[in-house]
Parts: sequence; structure tokens; C-alpha cells
Amino acid sequence: MKITVNGAEHETDEGCSVAGVVAAVTAQPAGVAVALNDQVVPRADWKTTIVCEADRVEVLTAVQGG
Amino acid sequence: MPETDPLVIAGESFGSRLIMGTGGVPSMSVLEEALTASGTELTTVAMRRVDAGGRGSVLDVLGRCGIRVLPNTAGCFTAGEAVLTAKLARDALETNWVKLEVIADERTLLPDPIELADAAEQLVDDGFVVLPYTNDDPVLARRLEQTGCAAVMPLGSPIGSGLGIRNPHNIELIVERAEVPVILDAGLGTASDAALAMELGCDAVLLATAVTRAQSPSLMATAMRHAVEAGRLARLAGRIPKRRYAQASSPWQGLSSRG
Repeated sequence: MKITVNGAEHETDEGCSVAGVVAAVTAQPAGVAVALNDQVVPRADWKTTIVCEADRVEVLTAVQGG
Repeated sequence: MPETDPLVIAGESFGSRLIMGTGGVPSMSVLEEALTASGTELTTVAMRRVDAGGRGSVLDVLGRCGIRVLPNTAGCFTAGEAVLTAKLARDALETNWVKLEVIADERTLLPDPIELADAAEQLVDDGFVVLPYTNDDPVLARRLEQTGCAAVMPLGSPIGSGLGIRNPHNIELIVERAEVPVILDAGLGTASDAALAMELGCDAVLLATAVTRAQSPSLMATAMRHAVEAGRLARLAGRIPKRRYAQASSPWQGLSSRG
């Protein structure tokens, strides 16, 4: 199924968790946060939150700024 | 001075009154040198997509230096975007402190006061310690304080412009009324700008570009540290009033060979 991850189309298996999506885009999940359809998914819920067709996932981390 | 005159924000004490940003440095090693030279204890980072800016080695630098991280909401144009970014930062970095930025357009990067006030209210209600980047508008600053912001951070001039403090009168008006720390944020170009901010009565300054894009970031960081300390001391000391004419500092009595 197709979802959008950080603005780009992303192919993933049915039943994929948020943790699975994070693992697909970064090897270092420390200091990372996730929004699913503009709602924060707390780190504790990553494994139990399942993504659905056409979901929008944002995976953010801290970078230089300000 | 730091032991006896800490900066206190939301009950937390800081020995340094210089808050740093991390944007604009050419490398992490230059950043680490500059942050160390600045003596800062609180430093901002931005939140971005993991594939856009590389992995967060800026966090490694802050961790090594023992500097508290202050996430910002840079790049947000609406209250909704800023609130979501703050919540993401809280989850990623395990801090409920946020430098709230809600800008109106990319050309000026000036704060959008309507969206800013809205976002500040939502975040305060959600338990955040909100440090809003605001216009040099005494009325807006007071409204943000009344909303429950832990500090107000008026700009000296537009972000990254190096134009210094364009309206020192307004900064003084903000300082006079504020009961939370006033942190001069944005536009500082060199050490004298930072000293002026402190002489005007600001409790701290927040700067990035003036250091990170200086020819020698670590030298400018050192200069800024001294300028903030000097300006603070001058403020506490109480400057002399300005006079129209000279006032002799040597006595007139006892001059030899008069007449």
C-alpha cells in the first residue's frame, strides 16, 4: 500500500507500524518524533500504531537552527 | 558574576545570559568551538525531516558541551504548524520548553502577531514553557506575558540582518513593564549590539548569525560573551545621565599660576 513519508510516496506492507516506517527512513531513532496525519504519535505508541493506505507520516529530528 | 546574578526562566537558573542558536555554521567542529567559547548554557535547534538535514549530530555537540537544548518552531507560518512542531520537539527531545516562532513571510521573517498569540495560548494551556520570538511591540509583549509565556523575546531587527537594535526605545518600554525575562532575540551584528541590549535592561540575548557567520565564529562568540557580561554589569552599575555640557572631573581648586 502507498503512504506518504516526509512528503514522498512510500510503499509499505499492510499492517506496518509507525516504528516500521521510522526504521525505513532512519537507523537512529533517538531524538526523532513522528506525526501521523498531523497528530503526534508518542514514542511509546510507535509499535502499536498501524499505518493505513494514504496516511501522511512525518518523521522529524533536531537539526542546526535558530 | 554568574554565581550571584543568574538568569532565571520558569524557575530554572542559568549562569550565562547568552543564549545561542546553531544555524549557519560550516561544520560541527566550528559549532562546538563557538558554543564553548560563548559560555552558553541554553541553545536552540530546529526540527526538520530526518532526510532533509542529516542526522541530528547537533544534539551530540550539545550533549558533549552539557548545554540544554531549546527547540524552536522556525519555519512555521501558522499557529497550527507551530503547535504541532512544538509537540513533536517535546516528544523527540523530552523538553517542554520551546522557542516559539511564527513568521509572516520569508522576506522579512517578521513574527505574525495574530498567529503568535494564538499559538502561545495553545502551548501554555498544554503545559509548555513558551519563549516567544516577538516584534519589538510593547503591547504584544505584554499580551504574551499575560498569556503565560515564561519570557518575551523581542527582535532587535530582522533575523540574520545584523542591523542591531533598531528601536531601543521600544525595547526599554518592554523592559519597564515586563515581569518575566526579556531576551533580545534576532538582528544583532556585533558585540556592541549585545552590550546595548543588556544596557537597555534586557535579561539575556539570543543570537546565532552574528557568531556562526562571523569570519571567526569562536572569536566572535568570545566577544559576545564579554559584551553580554559587560552590558549586564553596566546596567546593574547604573550609568551616568547624559549632559549637554562638560562636567570637570578634576577639581578647579588649587590650580597653580592662575591669572
